Amino acid sequence: MLSIKDLYVSIDGNEILKGINLEVKPGEIHAIMGPNGSGKSTLANVLAGKEEFEVTQGEVTYMGEDLLEMAPEDRATSGLFLSFQYPVEIPGVPMVNFLKTAVNQHRIARGEKELTAGEFLKLMREKKEMIDMDTQLTNRSVNEGFSGGEKKKNEIFQMALLEPKLAILDETDSGLDIDALKTVAHGVNALKTPNNATIIITHYQRLLDYIIPDHVHVLYKGRMVKSGGRELALELEEKGYDWVKQENALQ
Amino acid sequence: MTDQDKILSEVTQGEYKYGFFSDIETDIIDRGLSEDVIRIISEKKNEPDFMLEFRLNAYRKWLKMKMPNWAYLKVPPIDFQDISYYAAPRKKPQYESLDEVDPELLETFNKLGIPLEEQKHLAGVAVDAVLDSVSVKTTFREVLAEQGIIFCSFSDALQNHPDLVRKYLGQSVPVADNFFAALNSAVFSDGSFCYIPKGVRCPMELSTYFRINSANTGQFERTLIIADDDSYVSYLEGCTAPMRDENQLHAAVVEIIALDRAEVKYSTVQNWYPGDKNGKGGIYNFVTKRGVCRGVSSKISWTQVETGSAITWKYPSCILLGDNSVGEFNSVAVTNNHQQADTGSKMIHIGKNTKSTIISKGISAGKSNNSYRGLVKVMPGATNSRNFSQCDSLLLNDTCGAHTFPYIEVGNKSSIVEHEATTSKIGEDQIFYCNQRGIDTEKAIGMIVNGYAKEVLNKLPMEFAVEAQKLLQISLEGSVG
Ligand SMILES: Nc1ncnc2c1ncn2[C@@H]1O[C@H](COP(=O)(O)OP(=O)(O)OP(=O)(O)O)[C@@H](O)[C@H]1O
Ligand SMILES: [Mg+2]
Repeated sequence: MLSIKDLYVSIDGNEILKGINLEVKPGEIHAIMGPNGSGKSTLANVLAGKEEFEVTQGEVTYMGEDLLEMAPEDRATSGLFLSFQYPVEIPGVPMVNFLKTAVNQHRIARGEKELTAGEFLKLMREKKEMIDMDTQLTNRSVNEGFSGGEKKKNEIFQMALLEPKLAILDETDSGLDIDALKTVAHGVNALKTPNNATIIITHYQRLLDYIIPDHVHVLYKGRMVKSGGRELALELEEKGYDWVKQENALQ
Repeated sequence: MTDQDKILSEVTQGEYKYGFFSDIETDIIDRGLSEDVIRIISEKKNEPDFMLEFRLNAYRKWLKMKMPNWAYLKVPPIDFQDISYYAAPRKKPQYESLDEVDPELLETFNKLGIPLEEQKHLAGVAVDAVLDSVSVKTTFREVLAEQGIIFCSFSDALQNHPDLVRKYLGQSVPVADNFFAALNSAVFSDGSFCYIPKGVRCPMELSTYFRINSANTGQFERTLIIADDDSYVSYLEGCTAPMRDENQLHAAVVEIIALDRAEVKYSTVQNWYPGDKNGKGGIYNFVTKRGVCRGVSSKISWTQVETGSAITWKYPSCILLGDNSVGEFNSVAVTNNHQQADTGSKMIHIGKNTKSTIISKGISAGKSNNSYRGLVKVMPGATNSRNFSQCDSLLLNDTCGAHTFPYIEVGNKSSIVEHEATTSKIGEDQIFYCNQRGIDTEKAIGMIVNGYAKEVLNKLPMEFAVEAQKLLQISLEGSVG
């Protein structure tokens, strides 16, 4: 589904990612962990198509296509979803309009009929229940004045509406209270099928108690320095990143 | 330039969508301006003597005036002798049905998306269509006449209701008010006249469509709206003009008078030809719009969506004369490519307990310049008066400019005047967020801009609001369609 080969990325001449390799197959859940500033969000944003990052080397294939050649909106409509670490506010744009446009752009790309207002509202109601989303939030402008946790929940709500093939969750768990964390995890699990995949970026093993990853990777200073199974996350929790840093220094 | 910026500049440099030219035979008098030309205009229109005197008086004053240069605008020199001051469709029409209307004219309306045929049936909208300088079609006049409402071309009003015209003309905008108003007063060709009698609520939105259609013909529309005691009217004005290389001068005057407890809502969507991407061509739009709240507890509100014209110079204003009267100004002004706009409002508080609100939303793209200029003046006698002004600017890139020039004079201690201003740049992060949800950059900009202008768009009558939303998107996204 997603294949990243030897990816180098810089911004303003600073090299941030230095040779990333990653293979994600349908049905898999990958967790990426790593200290602050190691490049996790950069990787997520490059995959989503943010312009200001410059890919200097390497390639990324997504569903058989050259991802780096695709426009951000085409990446989105072909099923790549990013739950932002810091979702932006768009004052004056009602959530409902925004979501309806997003859903219909996805449908148009798939050659399906656009949803009418009525059909869309019904869909929205279903998904709201699924992730226990406060009904009032969709009456407001996109993310405007949402609390930190509400913003994160709103990302998962959008994911539920758009049903992506590959979802990248960038620290969606931080800022969520324990109940919200459970419902979000429940949502992610409920949306899981043998055909889609998820990349979870997190600092906390806790989330991985609810969403069981198939693979765990450690990103450090722009490199994937360690990969393993679920137990790697537990080990990290116990020993902290110093352990990885020391090991990395030895190499 | 990043790719993001490229897309932004591509989508914001679209071509004018309504550019076309129709060649209905027109009757044009020679270029140039003199007392003789004014006499010819007045004679051709068979005007009463007082009208000729009004025009000549204005002309003599205009001769001594200079073009204003205080606005934040670069205006190329205008040769006022190189303009033809009168053009009218040759066949003066008096139609019974649409079949008799020049098919070319109907075609023109079709291209604009305002077929008269449909408009007739459109619930609640009467259309007085002005092509060039003479009204060619007035609908719903009879329905309105039953209530005693007069809604007709200015020329017709001069023939049929000369006393009303004489009583109110020049009351809001005196002949020598400013250079362009004086010019208009001297040479105005036609326009609309509206009188709402005492106690009548006009049952439908009144609307006028203006078009410029003859090469080198300056447009000098004149509109006069009088709302008598306890009456109400909502008036819509919409414009769009054909693509043209030579610059065209447009100097309209709109006067409103609201008597005791009367309310007038005046809404405009202005979409004159803005010139091409390189700043060639486009309309020069120098407009004087002023309402006098003459009666107690009267109210006048101006709402405008300005997307067109190469140069816009326009300050719809309210003179709050009657005690407890209310003035409002709500504006969205979009400038793109090389467009320049200097627009805003004047609120003059004279009566006691008068209230005014100014909401201005400027949106600039391309290499354009967009300025808000406003005056709030509270006279010493206007005790307990209030004004609130909110002036926001939204920039779409780094090459355009936004400026705010608020002037505030408060002559007493019991009045409160508040002014707020913000400038923001459309966020690349906002656009990327939309992109990531499958929404392309053009749509994203349209959505964000409409969200930003919503407060003002909401003040427009429904059918106009939808049109205006589309217009905002078109003028910024261009190439669409
Ligand atoms: N626009 C930018 N300009 C300059 N440096 C940047 C920019 N964006 C990211 N960086 C730098 O790139 C490095 C990686 O940042 P990134 O956001 O990818 O880290 P992260 O692993 O997601 O960290 P965190 O766990 O704190 O979210 C950081 O040192 C950051 O300062
Ligand atoms: Mg991060």
